[in-house]
Amino acid sequence: MKQVLEFEKPVIALREKIAELKTFTKESDLDLTEEIVKLETRLEKLENDIYTNLKPWDRVQMARHAERPTTLDYVEKLFTDFLEFHGDRYYGDDAAIVAGIAKYKGRPVTIVGHQRGKTTKENIRRNFGMPHPEGFRKAARHMQQAAKFGRPIICFIDTKGAFPGRAAEERGQSEAIARNLMEMSGFEVPIICIVIGEGGSGGALALGVGDRLLMLENSTFSVISPEGAASILWKDGGKAKEAAEKLKITAPDLKELGVIDDIIPEIRGGAHRDLTSQAELVDQAIAEHLSQLEKLDKQVLLEQRWEKYSNIGSFAE
Amino acid sequence: MLKDFFSKKKHASKPSEEAKQDIPEGLMLKCSDCGKIYYREEMRKQLYVCPNCGHHHQLPSDERINNLFDEGSFMEYDTDLNTGNPLGFPSYTQKLEKDQLKTGLKEAVVTGEGTINGFRTAYAVMDSRFRMASMGSVVGEKISRAIEKAREANIPFIIFTASGGARMQEGALSLMQMAKTSAAVQRFRDAGGLMISVMTNPTYGGVSASFASLGDYNFAEPGALIGFAGRRVVEETIREKLPDDFQTAEFLLAHGQLDDVINRHDMKKYLTTILDIHQAGGNVS
Ligand SMILES: [Zn+2]
Repeated sequence: MKQVLEFEKPVIALREKIAELKTFTKESDLDLTEEIVKLETRLEKLENDIYTNLKPWDRVQMARHAERPTTLDYVEKLFTDFLEFHGDRYYGDDAAIVAGIAKYKGRPVTIVGHQRGKTTKENIRRNFGMPHPEGFRKAARHMQQAAKFGRPIICFIDTKGAFPGRAAEERGQSEAIARNLMEMSGFEVPIICIVIGEGGSGGALALGVGDRLLMLENSTFSVISPEGAASILWKDGGKAKEAAEKLKITAPDLKELGVIDDIIPEIRGGAHRDLTSQAELVDQAIAEHLSQLEKLDKQVLLEQRWEKYSNIGSFAE
Repeated sequence: MLKDFFSKKKHASKPSEEAKQDIPEGLMLKCSDCGKIYYREEMRKQLYVCPNCGHHHQLPSDERINNLFDEGSFMEYDTDLNTGNPLGFPSYTQKLEKDQLKTGLKEAVVTGEGTINGFRTAYAVMDSRFRMASMGSVVGEKISRAIEKAREANIPFIIFTASGGARMQEGALSLMQMAKTSAAVQRFRDAGGLMISVMTNPTYGGVSASFASLGDYNFAEPGALIGFAGRRVVEETIREKLPDDFQTAEFLLAHGQLDDVINRHDMKKYLTTILDIHQAGGNVS
């Protein structure tokens, strides 16, 4: 069954009504075409109203939509010759992160991304896209190789966060994340990071340091989940909607704060409506930014990356 | 735990009822671990390490700096950075003002440089009395600048970390300080700089998962709690009772996450040895 989001209910209801009338027209002598056209105009307007005025909490729902395209969905559409490689060489292979090499419009690239599942079974296998240290270390290993062989790195961010478990702590979750942040700031190849769903905290940022941080229009990027913030601030996880607004976690807000570089538009109704069309929009963004970055000399690339990060923050002096 | 130590509750048995009436509030301190009560001044001389049980209590940043650096040798960097309220978060400014009054600090980290037994070193000392030393824009900026100054001056950088994690009220700007500080560490590394991280209680979240874990050497004070996710969150996630020593410095040492655990009384001598060995240089032909 398709997941229906709260704010979309009027749209869905109207769509169902139109479908009903169409069936009725076909099966009876009564011609309701005029009525249908009227309703379709109303639907058009309603969709426009709803989808162009999404509130932060609506976007949170969209970012978490069960059918929202995942890293591997985009990889299949955007790249050729993708080979997935496994393991961190220290402990294991974390299915919450996928990594490998491929070609992007003919040029070699390294791809790293969080991977959640779309079914419960797959989600359990992939730990809901919440990595352990070995996932981050697998990512680091592939990015080191990209730097060695001079391949650009494309990162897809889609996680609620790093997994908060006992084993993760024992194996150095903090160190694994910290090392990625540090090393990514120094790889001498272009790095483009794209938030495609939820970008939760340090676990998201661990694949998010590069020359460009882009966000899909209805994705989120946050230091803490709205539920977590609400429970800390107001001792009430139920106030997540309010927290989502205060935390400024949407793409437009983060563009304004200078945290992200660009917003990738989504097709109306959200990325899950049509993967092929959405992938085209992601493709355009990657192509544009990659061609800008590929022109830069290595030293300039690193200097610009440092400038970008050293300028993020808000204070008076 | 830290709160207990500084609480003014007088339920312990040591000073008599009469004595208590003569003692101004806060003159006595009770060890949060063994419960023994000491004069604050006596505890201060002991660097807030309990003489009875050895428990390491919170050490204010100014006292740590005073104790570690040679007398008259140290100065402070970037004293004029002021925290804003970029998200317009309700009551954030008031909270900052309250902690500024309480601690006399402007923000949760003090940075600067001085000499440790003659070795010139840049430093950053976080102070968990201020907003649990959570990392906002000013904390990230001051630490990055201190690392940059160490790089430019070609001197070592020592950081004493303490933090509850991210400064939630600054949202993603807080998160990005992890990237900024880590990028500064990378530049420092590329230049061959020596970085020593000493984690003190507590070091969590975004601080643990950035510069705190990125020293060439990572140490911790005894009993310090260190981790990415907090104990309660982990317990709720895995629905399992965790061992008492979970996320202590000793637990991390046993799991290969630290170079060693160093007693506060030995810190200056220990750091001096490391600085000395690195001053002698590698590449001896
Ligand atoms: Zn004691």
